[in-house]
Amino acid sequence: MDMPIRVLVAKPGLDGHDRGAKVIARSLRDAGMEVIYTGLRQTPEQIVAAAIQEDVDVVAMSILSGAHNHLFPKVVSLLKEEGADDLLIIGGGVIPEDDIPKLKEAGVEEIFTPGTSTKDVVNYIKEHVKR
Amino acid sequence: MFDDEKLKNLKSSKEEWQKKTIDKAIKRFPERKEKFSTTSEIEVERLYTPENIGDLDYEKDLGYPGEYPYTRGVQPTMYRGRLWTMRQYAGFATAEESNKRYKYLLEQGQTGLSVAFDLPTQIGYDSDHPLSAGEVGKVGVAIDSLKDMEILFDGIPLDKVSTSMTINAPASVLLAMYIAVAEKQGVSQDKLRGTIQNDILKEYIARGTYIFPPEPSMRLITDVFEYCSKNVPKWNTISISGYHIREAGATAVQEIAFTLADGIAYVEAAIEAGLDVDDFAPRLSFFFNAHNDLLEEVAKFRAARRLWAKIMKERFNAKNEKSMRLKFHTQTAGSTLTAQQPDNNIIRVTIQTLAAVLGGTQSLHTNSKDEALALPTEDAVRIALRTQQIVAHESGVTETIDPLAGSYYIESLTNEMEKRAMEYIKKIDELGGTPKAIEKGYIQKEIQNSAYKYQMEIESNDRIVVGVNKFYIEEDHKKDILRVDPEVEKLQNEKLSKLKSERDSEKVQNILKELKKAANEDKNLMPYILSAVKEYATLGEICDVLRSVFGEYEQSVIL
Repeated sequence: MDMPIRVLVAKPGLDGHDRGAKVIARSLRDAGMEVIYTGLRQTPEQIVAAAIQEDVDVVAMSILSGAHNHLFPKVVSLLKEEGADDLLIIGGGVIPEDDIPKLKEAGVEEIFTPGTSTKDVVNYIKEHVKR
Repeated sequence: MFDDEKLKNLKSSKEEWQKKTIDKAIKRFPERKEKFSTTSEIEVERLYTPENIGDLDYEKDLGYPGEYPYTRGVQPTMYRGRLWTMRQYAGFATAEESNKRYKYLLEQGQTGLSVAFDLPTQIGYDSDHPLSAGEVGKVGVAIDSLKDMEILFDGIPLDKVSTSMTINAPASVLLAMYIAVAEKQGVSQDKLRGTIQNDILKEYIARGTYIFPPEPSMRLITDVFEYCSKNVPKWNTISISGYHIREAGATAVQEIAFTLADGIAYVEAAIEAGLDVDDFAPRLSFFFNAHNDLLEEVAKFRAARRLWAKIMKERFNAKNEKSMRLKFHTQTAGSTLTAQQPDNNIIRVTIQTLAAVLGGTQSLHTNSKDEALALPTEDAVRIALRTQQIVAHESGVTETIDPLAGSYYIESLTNEMEKRAMEYIKKIDELGGTPKAIEKGYIQKEIQNSAYKYQMEIESNDRIVVGVNKFYIEEDHKKDILRVDPEVEKLQNEKLSKLKSERDSEKVQNILKELKKAANEDKNLMPYILSAVKEYATLGEICDVLRSVFGEYEQSVIL
């Protein structure tokens, strides 16, 4: 039997809105994945350390404060520096449409905005996980 | 309200209606669902009649506006006397930018200010702190020192406006800055009107901008209660907030239950600190959410008022009537706004505005249609304010007090919500009070379960969200949105280093030392914080001193 997909659900930055992150975490778990949730106020360095230590396949970040353009790419580049480039990195939150191409260019592979069904996130991860 | 004989007759006539009319009708046209219920899972009956409120005692349970138990409203004439305060939460980028937005809102007929601070300010970091990177000026205005606060209120007479500040962990610092700005304008602190949120418990539960552990946080809060009762008597020293609890996914019943339970914890802490309940309780205020389920929301506000009045009178033996009055601010529900077809949000906000007004709110913020996308644009904010003005001046619902009272459904729902909220409060009491219930993760878990259930209902189409899981269209999402210039961070940091080079550093260091000493002892910290801000000690410096004494809160992660 396949090992379950391991996902780090992370809240970078100072933003305290974690309803979405927690709902996502629970629905991924209900879909059979192993989920580690970081809790609030994680620096990019902390997120990267947790991703490596927990040996996850996916890093799913959530930001609703508008700091995504700064924080998402920073996590991606730190992960690359650490040689962890086989991870699927996705993000979600209140993210304006115009910002999405730049974030994807920076290495965040998909961005999920308000109104997304948790099933879509589950399916996306299953289809795109790199192993 | 009804005698037994009449109720008995009613019961049999209702049974007859059921047999003669309903059973036949349902056979031909089944109802849309097997079971109807409110968002709090209170089952909704087909029809409400006097039977549902047979036990209701008008004078005891409803009474009159401005009188115990305040079910019908806290003011004697409600909106016939004065409309609610229209108060749009605003703030972004720099103090200069936000000052412009405030002046614009006041010109548009807004009657009070409501300051949104950025996250570094809310968590007690200066703009140049490494953790502030990317966050400066994003969800509110960046305030590092009194200098920024002077610019924020430049040209706004603080003896004329009332100001609400959404600030919690460092609330005493921002209040001190406000008092200092007023002093510079020649306005003495006893004339200041406004509110600081100052509600740390819901930060641990739902909102996340905590700094210190619960015990020293409660001390900072009771210090403010004490200082204001003597020096700033018109200031609302706390806004006990259900808003964020609801946004995090709580039901309407959970919203009032957990909020009033927080209120109980603050009252207990202040009494413990040696204050008399009637000295501080009149300045407690509340902050609720207004959601889409219009009638449940109206019942919620009425139930909260009645329950709080009883708690203050019976549990805390308050004697002053003002201590029993639950005054509240309302904000429409951000979490109900959709990124899809954002114009539809105007209609949602209208329904929510009606809920708040029919529920007897004292002030209201209406959300803008574009808030599921970004910070609101000026146009969107104007429509949101106009929504309140239309309800106030055109809808007619303001002309009589508590117009939905006496509706069989509303009264029955008010009773039921009060009952269920009380059950939660009892449960929290059994766990040892709110701080303990938070530590055990009980409250967070209850909210998370409701949030998850709500999302699953949407995904299974048991709950319809127009434009999201039904009635969708293809649309172009590239909308006109407000963006905060990333230069703001640089600008703010330049201001900060200029300030540090200009102020009397030695004086600042000495004052911070005194603050540290006072924090280690058992002194009221407000006067020390006030002297520190007046010498332009920064928010980050003051909070760092307190961090060094109090330590920092570690969140218990519960999934």
